Amino acid sequence: MTTSDVPSSSIPARGGAPRTLGSSVIAFTRQTWAGLRVLLALTVLLGIAYPLAVTGVGQLVFPWQANGSLLTADGSHVASPAGNAHGPAIGSALIGQSFSGSTWFHPRPSAAGTGYDTLASGGSNLGPTNPTLLATVQERRAQVAAEDGVDPSTVPPDAVTASASGLDPDISPAYAREQVARVAAARGLPVARVAALVEQHVRGRTLGVLGEPRVDVLALNLALTTMAP
Amino acid sequence: MSTPWIAVAQILVLVVALAAVHVPLGGYMARVFTSARHLRVERAGYRALRVDPDADQRWSTYLMSVLGFSMVSVLFLYGLERLQNHLPLSIGAPAMDPAGAWNTAVSFVTNTDWQWYSGETAAGHLLQMAGFAVQNFLSAAVGIAVVVALIRGLARSGADGRVGNFWSDLVRTVVRILLPLSVVVAVVLIAMGVIQNLSAHTELTTLAGGTQHVLGGPVASQEAIKEIGTNGGGFFNANSAHPFENPTPLSNLLEIVLLLAIPFSLPRTFGIMVGDRRQGWAIAGVMGTLWAGAVGLLTWAELAGPGVVPAAAGAAMEGKETRFGTAASALFAASTTSTSTGAVNSMHDSLTAAGGGVAIFNMQLGEISPGGTGSGLYGMLVLVIVAVFIAGLMVGRTPEYLGKKIGRREITLVALYVLATPAIVLTGTAVAIATHAGQAGILNPGSHGLSEVLYAFTSAANNNGSAFAGLTVSTPFYNTLLGLAMLLGRFVPMALVLALAGRFATQRTVPPSAGTLPTHRPLFAGLLIAVALVVVGLTYIPVLALGPIAEALS
Amino acid sequence: MNPTLLDPTGPSVDPETAAHPRPRAAGRQALGARQLVAALPAALRKLDPRDLVGSPVMFVVEVGAAACTVLSIAHPSLFAVSITLWLWATVLFATLAESVAESRGKAQAAGLRASQAQTTARRVVAPQDVLAHTTGRGDLLTTEVSSSSLQVGDLVVVEAGETIPGDGDVIEGIASVDESAITGESAPVIRESGGDRSAVTGGTVVLSDRIVVRITAPAGHTFVDRMIALVEGSERQKTPNEIALNVLLASLTIIFLLAVATLQPFAIYSGSRQSLIVLVALLVCLIPTTIGALLSAIGIAGMDRLVQRNVLAMSGRAVEAAGDVDVLLLDKTGTITLGNRQAAELIPVEGVDAEELADAAQLSSMADETPEGRSVLVLVKEQFGLRARESGDLVGAELVQFTARTRMSGLDLPDPVGFDGASGEGVRHIRKGAAAAVTAWVHSTGGHTGPDAARIVDAISSSGGTPLVVAERRGSEPARVLGVIHLKDVVKQGLRERFAELRAMGIRTVMVTGDNAVTARAIAAEAGVDDVLAEATPEDKLALIRREQAGGRLVAMAGDGTNDAPALAQADVGVAMNTGTTAAKEAGNMVDLDSNPTKLIEIVQIGKQLLITRGALTTFSIANDVAKYFAILPAMFVLVFPQLSVLNVMRLSSPQSAILSAVIFNALIIIALIPLSLRGVRYRPAAASVMLRYNLLVYGLGGLIAPFIGIKVIDLIVSLFPGIG
Repeated sequence: MTTSDVPSSSIPARGGAPRTLGSSVIAFTRQTWAGLRVLLALTVLLGIAYPLAVTGVGQLVFPWQANGSLLTADGSHVASPAGNAHGPAIGSALIGQSFSGSTWFHPRPSAAGTGYDTLASGGSNLGPTNPTLLATVQERRAQVAAEDGVDPSTVPPDAVTASASGLDPDISPAYAREQVARVAAARGLPVARVAALVEQHVRGRTLGVLGEPRVDVLALNLALTTMAP
Repeated sequence: MSTPWIAVAQILVLVVALAAVHVPLGGYMARVFTSARHLRVERAGYRALRVDPDADQRWSTYLMSVLGFSMVSVLFLYGLERLQNHLPLSIGAPAMDPAGAWNTAVSFVTNTDWQWYSGETAAGHLLQMAGFAVQNFLSAAVGIAVVVALIRGLARSGADGRVGNFWSDLVRTVVRILLPLSVVVAVVLIAMGVIQNLSAHTELTTLAGGTQHVLGGPVASQEAIKEIGTNGGGFFNANSAHPFENPTPLSNLLEIVLLLAIPFSLPRTFGIMVGDRRQGWAIAGVMGTLWAGAVGLLTWAELAGPGVVPAAAGAAMEGKETRFGTAASALFAASTTSTSTGAVNSMHDSLTAAGGGVAIFNMQLGEISPGGTGSGLYGMLVLVIVAVFIAGLMVGRTPEYLGKKIGRREITLVALYVLATPAIVLTGTAVAIATHAGQAGILNPGSHGLSEVLYAFTSAANNNGSAFAGLTVSTPFYNTLLGLAMLLGRFVPMALVLALAGRFATQRTVPPSAGTLPTHRPLFAGLLIAVALVVVGLTYIPVLALGPIAEALS
Repeated sequence: MNPTLLDPTGPSVDPETAAHPRPRAAGRQALGARQLVAALPAALRKLDPRDLVGSPVMFVVEVGAAACTVLSIAHPSLFAVSITLWLWATVLFATLAESVAESRGKAQAAGLRASQAQTTARRVVAPQDVLAHTTGRGDLLTTEVSSSSLQVGDLVVVEAGETIPGDGDVIEGIASVDESAITGESAPVIRESGGDRSAVTGGTVVLSDRIVVRITAPAGHTFVDRMIALVEGSERQKTPNEIALNVLLASLTIIFLLAVATLQPFAIYSGSRQSLIVLVALLVCLIPTTIGALLSAIGIAGMDRLVQRNVLAMSGRAVEAAGDVDVLLLDKTGTITLGNRQAAELIPVEGVDAEELADAAQLSSMADETPEGRSVLVLVKEQFGLRARESGDLVGAELVQFTARTRMSGLDLPDPVGFDGASGEGVRHIRKGAAAAVTAWVHSTGGHTGPDAARIVDAISSSGGTPLVVAERRGSEPARVLGVIHLKDVVKQGLRERFAELRAMGIRTVMVTGDNAVTARAIAAEAGVDDVLAEATPEDKLALIRREQAGGRLVAMAGDGTNDAPALAQADVGVAMNTGTTAAKEAGNMVDLDSNPTKLIEIVQIGKQLLITRGALTTFSIANDVAKYFAILPAMFVLVFPQLSVLNVMRLSSPQSAILSAVIFNALIIIALIPLSLRGVRYRPAAASVMLRYNLLVYGLGGLIAPFIGIKVIDLIVSLFPGIG
């Protein structure tokens, strides 16, 4: 009764006839071959030309960033791990490093390999009710509190939790401040100077709202090494 | 760590950025797909490749193009993975095993980007560039092509099932939309600190005297399309939590904007192409509402930090980066699971139980809020048809959408679509949870373990790709099964959508009358949200009750 | 189709009954316990799984009930037995709903069947061509045969008192026929050869005269046979929308089947393996049993509502299409206007006073038996107080009947004063008729009509009315025009409002008329229709339907004549009048036994109501699931996850009572909604979004809330039983 419901097969049109299995196989084969040609062409464009072009621009315009934001021991930027006249690169400004012992500001716990292993980035993947993680967190809290000589209840969350990447370069300002006394004592520096250094390294939220205030541990420790005792 | 006000402010900044992108990008994409002209470079390409970009394909031919193209893509990628140790720039990465190679090939071709491997050690630069990044472009383009075919089907009248030309849609999406955007974004990302080189990983001595590798690789070029194409496959294992993929809060915002940009702009493209922009607004509004709900819930959960571990730590900072904090991590997690991206800037396995539950439910909605590039919109349009069907009956007319009657055949295709993904998710999860091979991969005990498996199959079948990564999935069992889930979860719905496009294109458009149910008003949008939550959500309530809900209430 | 001035066809319908048709039987809406009991045997028979498989939802419930039966026999417990019984009750309630819906048609079918008792037919044995030359009566050779042996093309003779043995067309003679067996209308109708009133229906009784009928339907396939099948629902096929809904319900069932089937491995992993009975209970509560159980009852009841309004739909598809109609084609005469024009005004020419004209108009209409003629008498009586003349007043008067040739009526009245029978002096000739005819008569007597009369006639014509000129001739004087009667179409009351309702529903009304465009537009404006097809031929009508359909619109129309048949067949909803020809009835997909074209509007509303009822109950059914989850899930897993008792928001007394209460609610809601599904949901014409908002509020939100209350109440009762609570 309705005119709108014309069965599609009733309209003969170019290629519109009902398909047999045989003609379907032929059509599929044709489309697949066309697909292979298109894939190869686009692979050259998107898989070779595009990344190489971007690499070219990156290396030319932003060589430091494009090569990993590397720093030498005196804090200068280098574009190669081999370093330059200032010495070899000691790490990336963006990647956290392991620091232990009382003379360093400590980063967050890391689940990347044995800690800050860039070849094994990742988190602990332990869940919010996991008893193992609960025990670990409590253990870390006690340990950090003991090291830094503070009340366990004041230890900030980032000090007792592993980051997502295991390469988190930052700690919270609270955790940095907590470590000031220990580091100052270990290095024989006035607490006020170390505290001031920490405050210099506190970065606020981007545009006032994005992300969280933080302290880059490598930058802070680098600054520490250049500080006269 | 974060305060609610900061969380809200970040969300607002994001919304403003998206609003700024929506109109120009949506309009631009509509022009791309309605323009009769080919660019000179495109024309040359078609001629060289002997492809006819002007043949108006029937839906079945269009589908064969999609399937044929995807098949050779899987085979090509599989070959690259198996042979990568013989290829240049492999930086010592070994060949993948057959099950792993199958999983990864399917994963990238289906826009899932599920990763059982660690990019740092398992994938050489050439595989990343010429394999993964290429599929990041192409799988996104295929999704967009399919939704464009569906839109054409709705917009056309009596067109004998002809829905456009796949090759032209594919090439235009790549050449005119994805590639230009990616070039710009990649350079911006480099400026922010994302690396872009072809070096191998080099060892150096750290400040404290330890050793650490400086990572190399063409990361920025891949990171850009990873977000723009809602792919989510990280260059490195830590994905967007890795400082070399996502170095600053600003790059973090950029990445969230990018992964939401095309999915949130496509409704406008849709509105323009069907000649009624209000329809696009309604769809975008529904997507936005569902997304905002998920963001709100997830942010609340992460900021409040319920659960014994967050309580013990003082905040839900396990598995989160200091520079992002809880708010930006929650925002990213909600957005990436809403969009089938699956990139992560925090470890979802360590989200609070409620937060992880929201992430799972987000994906279970079928990736529609706003979903993946193309797939989000077609998934939403399928739900629109379910809503139209129920609402149409309730106003006493044979249901119709945009002048197309929803009859038996249309509703059959839609019903199969709605059925397909839950069937894959539930069956896969049940098989894994009932077998030793499946249970062996579980890291966390109890309810959370069930959530890990549920997350894996939900993510695979909905082509999201993020994970409760505690689950060890680098086994032949999971690689094979999840590969199957990704493949079926991608192409069964696609085939149904193209068949639906063909049906609509064949139908003649009925002009609207006062008796036609308006599908652009808040009332219908509200119904659509209810349909999404109830019809889709109800399926998963029992398993959610045993997983995240039980854990969250404990 | 082209109503001319004096065409007496076109049923005149009282607007009151048109708007509110008399239901065939009062009180049938109520669902009594007796009705349920009466339907029980049929309902039990319908439990046969082979019948039930057509409803996937209920089939799953039955399989579940069967499985639970086996389990509760193997491991009997109060809980298991209770669940099992209520699951069977769920299936039974579904089949009961269908049986009750069908039983309403069954009684009617029984009555119809009685009229189909085998009768003897007198079949003409002479070759057919003999008939063409036969004009006399009773000289046809006939033989008595059983009515069941009649074949298409046979000729039968039917005389007064005999039952017409089968469907056919009258090819000779005229008779009054009692069709009450079919229409319920006791007044006899006229059936005659030729024209649009030639169709007769088997089972009706000839009251007077004798007719020769050519059989047009083989025995067993007559109109009444089809009617019986329709009202019984035995030939009911699923309609397109119903099939589509069934597909959606089936897919929801599969999804929930998967959700429940996979729940067991998850439950085992979580350390709380579930019993199969509990899983079946959960499944049955989740799948859309409410709508699944009532779906076919809704369809049957929808058809039944049409039958109650004396409309027979030949297919359910047509009923659904009625709900979708975008354009209604309505014939002017009989549908929009009362059957005929009526005198509205008397306009005398200059020099004649109104009383004189009224007197002449009355006299001239004495011989006019047409409705128009009678309307003149009514007008004269109302406006001038002139009573109808007694026959005594008119001694010697000679009535001049209207003929197609003269196109005038009137009378010749001997004037008591100065009457001279021989010369014809003193005889008053009064004529009334079409302007051209009367003018010609006046001229023939040597008289003049005068400019005044012509002006009045033109004015009336251009206003859409019909002028009837009244003239008088005294003796042998030249005739003179006295004035003009203004005949007007009278639009039925209440139509304007109904058309406004239709407009709100998005339905456009088009008036079809043979009148000229001016007249048509005037009436259209008065009636409030949206569009007009003037000076319409059947071809125009067909073309209009095709044009609308090409634009994707669905068209409904009513018609009765043979020349309507193509349009009736082309229309998406074609309602043939029962008084119409066999061709028209064959072409349409509905037959209105009352032959009331206005009923189209009600048919549209019934079609819509049918869809709305399905949509509303689907929404209700799905919305119910939310509450059921809150009842059952905590109950299933509270042992291993005590924290899930937070979800037990209804504070149900025990896990077992919670599950049982949900199952009982799920079953009882079917019974509770049977009346609604038979009656159809409340329907008021309104814009789509208004209707959606209302129905979402009632059935969506209601469906969300109702089970929380219902399950809680049932739980309070169930928990009183030891062993459950």
